[in-house]
Amino acid sequence: MTGVERIAEAFASRVGKAALMPYLMACFPDEDTSIAIGEACVEAGADLLELGIPYSDPLADGPVIHEAATAALNNGATVEGAFRVARSLSPQIPVVVMCYANLVLSMGWTEFAAALADAGVCGLICPDLPLEEAPDALAALDALGLALVPLVAPTTPDSRLKEIGSRARGFLYTVSVAGTTGEREGLAPGVDAVVARAKLATTVPVAVGFGISTPEQALGTAAAGADGVIIGSRLVREAEEAADPAAAVGAAVRQFAAGLR
Amino acid sequence: MPALVELEEAWVQARDDKGYQDELGVLLRDFAGRPTPLYFAERLSELTGGELWLKREDLLHTGAHKINNALGQALLAKRMGKHRIIAETGAGQHGVATAVACARLGLECVVYMGAEDIRRQQPNVERMQLLGATVAPVESGAKTLKEAVSEAIRDWVSTVATSHYIIGSAVGPAPFPAIVRDLQRVISDEARAQMIDRTGGLPERVIACVGGGSNAIGGFAAFLDDSEVQLIGVEAAGEGLDSGRHGAPLTAGGRPGILHGSLSAIMQTDEGQIAEAHSVSAGLDYPGSGPQHAWLRETGRAKYVAVTDTDALAAFRRVSELEGIIPALETAHAFAWAMANPGKRDLLILSGRGDKDLAEVISRTT
Repeated sequence: MTGVERIAEAFASRVGKAALMPYLMACFPDEDTSIAIGEACVEAGADLLELGIPYSDPLADGPVIHEAATAALNNGATVEGAFRVARSLSPQIPVVVMCYANLVLSMGWTEFAAALADAGVCGLICPDLPLEEAPDALAALDALGLALVPLVAPTTPDSRLKEIGSRARGFLYTVSVAGTTGEREGLAPGVDAVVARAKLATTVPVAVGFGISTPEQALGTAAAGADGVIIGSRLVREAEEAADPAAAVGAAVRQFAAGLR
Repeated sequence: MPALVELEEAWVQARDDKGYQDELGVLLRDFAGRPTPLYFAERLSELTGGELWLKREDLLHTGAHKINNALGQALLAKRMGKHRIIAETGAGQHGVATAVACARLGLECVVYMGAEDIRRQQPNVERMQLLGATVAPVESGAKTLKEAVSEAIRDWVSTVATSHYIIGSAVGPAPFPAIVRDLQRVISDEARAQMIDRTGGLPERVIACVGGGSNAIGGFAAFLDDSEVQLIGVEAAGEGLDSGRHGAPLTAGGRPGILHGSLSAIMQTDEGQIAEAHSVSAGLDYPGSGPQHAWLRETGRAKYVAVTDTDALAAFRRVSELEGIIPALETAHAFAWAMANPGKRDLLILSGRGDKDLAEVISRTT
């Protein structure tokens, strides 16, 4: 089964409801603990995992994830280490890697795609890769059956949304608010319209992320028609603050899962 | 991306609009103090045996070339109907220039500044606050310029409907490097005409310091087609290029990489993590470089060299003693190179004055 097919299957298993996709940062707080956190997510009922590779300048992320990345790098995290985390988790759950473009560029698209495939990863989210720069990436990932998952924002104009939606593989990462990742109070206003607009623009599932930090918000997003919800900063904060990060993240994911099902 | 497309369209319109150009021209003349003089540095010239001419951007309001860009972009924001301005600053020069432009034009102003830089540059923080700007501390990463740019970009993506981001150097995503170049081009448009007027010809070389590279690209722009004029960008070698603690991605052969939305020479690890820059001068303390400079280097049109902290500090004192001009530490790098490698007739862009650097220089050299 290709990466694209595994992602499709994960979403299909939750038709009518929303798939749950926790985000975790590879090698945070350290390599082994991040693997344990990922396994706790699987046990708690996650359907897919978004696995962030620590980066020095994560522009699309808010303070929680930026701090986690800085801590992981100060702790000696490497891209290679992040791939080891992916390799451990990918047999258990479809893993989609989130990686900033400079790390990919440094390795080269073909090599990076091969490394993803080798680690059993299903797809790639590259938040600072605009549509205009995407053809090389898309070709390299398509060749291996991996999904290049694009992001769209509420500010993305209709015409551009259509073009991005038509080239989306795996799912369309739909940002619920203009801005960066991070916990926000309440449900993003207009999330219904954001989801509806995204669904019109693509045939792949629509997963919503940025700012979803409570089970109520997740349920609200699912009710708005999202095929998946992505929970990031809330869980990274748990990993940062808790004495037993894996248990804490697992407990939080269980609450989200219970809310959605 | 849509915000960048909107900005590019607005800039192309404004650039060719007589109303905009007239309004900017009056502001630059009566408010900022343009044109700036071309000054023959007689004692430095005697010392080196060549002619050294200085373009006196240090005499502008707020003390540096940054005001050229801040006024132009603030006026552009007003045309676009955006009343909130975001800026980043390292040492505070661009922050102060932006705060001044916003006060003058009645715009709200938020300046992101690394917590570490806030500590080092308290007088500029107070200046910005006096001018009505909000100074927002940035606590992430190394808490300096690179993180301040990131935070400003994050603010902008959240508030783009009402806000404009005035980036301070010739960096960032397109069209920012082009806008900054166009607005700083006034430096070389004036200097080229002044050189012809005063010396009957063009300079042999144009020398400017390069951090992000805005004064240099502005100083080079009008000379690009004068193939006989050599263009020399002087970066910060910090504690030495071999030490790894520097701010010279162009000189040290920094691999192409993506930083703040542009592809250019940057300082990075083998893996592609962005490295921290080091320089005694906050304005050159940036691991990236303007994409136009990377291109000028690739094509061989401009040459990039680097000067250490120690040599820049020595030049800072020498220029003060010999010419009665206290240059910014950034510009002191350009002076150091020019004095060590004298030419027949050099034009040096004196990008700013050094009052802001006194405490740093005195603490390092006494």
